[in-house]
Amino acid sequence: MAENLAPNWRLREQRYQLVGNVCLKCGAKHFPPRQVCTECRGAEFEPFPFSGNGELYSFTTLRQAPSGFEDFAPYAVGMIKLDEGPLVEAMLTDVNQDDLEIGMRMEMVTRKIRAEGERGLLIYGYKFRPSGD
Amino acid sequence: MRDVSIIGVGQTPVREHWDKSLRHLAVDALLAALHDAHVEEMDAIYVGNMLSGELAGQEHLGALIADQLGMSGVAALKVEAACGAGGSAAHAGFLAVASGQYRRVAVVGVEKMTDMWNGTVTSGLSMAADGEYEAANGISFVGLNAMLMRRYMYEYDLVEEDFAPFALNAHANAAHNPNAMFRKHVTLEQFTKAKKVADPISLFDSSPICDGAAALILSRSENLNGNTARAISIAASTIATDSLALHDRQDPLWLRAVELSSIKAYAQAGVTPQDIDLFELHDAFSIVAPMSLEAAGFARRGAGTYFGRDGEIAIDGKLPISTMGGLKARGHPIGATGVYQIVEAVQQLRGEAGKNQVPNARIAMAQSLGGVAATAVTHILKGKG
Repeated sequence: MAENLAPNWRLREQRYQLVGNVCLKCGAKHFPPRQVCTECRGAEFEPFPFSGNGELYSFTTLRQAPSGFEDFAPYAVGMIKLDEGPLVEAMLTDVNQDDLEIGMRMEMVTRKIRAEGERGLLIYGYKFRPSGD
Repeated sequence: MRDVSIIGVGQTPVREHWDKSLRHLAVDALLAALHDAHVEEMDAIYVGNMLSGELAGQEHLGALIADQLGMSGVAALKVEAACGAGGSAAHAGFLAVASGQYRRVAVVGVEKMTDMWNGTVTSGLSMAADGEYEAANGISFVGLNAMLMRRYMYEYDLVEEDFAPFALNAHANAAHNPNAMFRKHVTLEQFTKAKKVADPISLFDSSPICDGAAALILSRSENLNGNTARAISIAASTIATDSLALHDRQDPLWLRAVELSSIKAYAQAGVTPQDIDLFELHDAFSIVAPMSLEAAGFARRGAGTYFGRDGEIAIDGKLPISTMGGLKARGHPIGATGVYQIVEAVQQLRGEAGKNQVPNARIAMAQSLGGVAATAVTHILKGKG
């Protein structure tokens, strides 16, 4: 992945605030935001910030990391079913990996995702952790 | 549409080919296929490949391979659809001949993976999924399959061992395939003790990083020039798609593209799942095998692993799968794999599969998947018998 500001800058609302969108025609909520609604093919939307709360749909622990993530390995990743509907995929944090269970309540937190490129551009974004609810 | 036949096949062994580059592998497979077909001229060459730019520092494969084959001047281009590139190149070649535009074309799938470190390969493969929302969050391709497998086990109340028959069957078949990467049997004990790559996926649930190339020669069925005896007819060639990202799917446990491309293929070939004598499915990870069996209509939802447990997938079973070792044990040189599957189906229908010969094989299905089945390419082949 290139060391490049723009591709990261333009995703800032998604990464820092979990901003998706809602279709003005049928009301379907999307994360990530879409240009064309997968439910009705409508193309008019309003931004929709998701709460960041949901439950764990599935998870795993990666032992071989892709480039840029080697320092984290082994690390847990998961799919979270947000309360508003969509699934989101993210690294999991603040949890002993043996304590993860499908169905447990999760919440979004903002963390360092990785250092990118030779100059070490720090990329921040969402991770999820058990909320204890 | 004109009828299309496969008149020649070729393959390199799947290996870590330290002494051969991407172009050598592709030309080796093409020369073998041309020799098998007893022809010398092509109208076009379709190259299936995913990661030549990332892993071999080379793009523009169409012109490169045409030139290296001594055929500079013919139409040639690369087809990319992640791990489904090979099947997609075969589909492009099929359409070119079926449309009447070309009389005879070559299809070659090739991937050179072992020149790079594992981290680079892992990053490259993660481009099969959603770059902005999966790969950018550190989620590798094996990670996606692992999350599917865990949820599948949760929904259907299964354990890791329920997936063992797929790996054991693949290895048993690879043992008799000289072109396979892992020509050895694996026991249930080895399977259960294997280390986890991304739990619940273990080493024996995963296809290897490797190099290889496989090739087909396609021709109009009415211009076989005496090549009729070993020609195999392409009865169906279809592609369907699904969301690239797992999180964009309403139902991640159902491979919708597999279902759609299979249904289209059965209709095109005029057959039902019961007519299929063998199925080369895309067992990149064990979990993909039962999910493919379900979505392609061979097993009911959630029952794909029973198919393995009951011995239906063996060479003498009701629906033999991965008959020459599959992705698991023949190996999975990404963009080449879909072409290997078709080459092996041709070997079966010609009766040239040696110890792995499926008795009375007349109709074979091969399915090449890109990403977590975001692309599904299905071919149904018919022999003469």
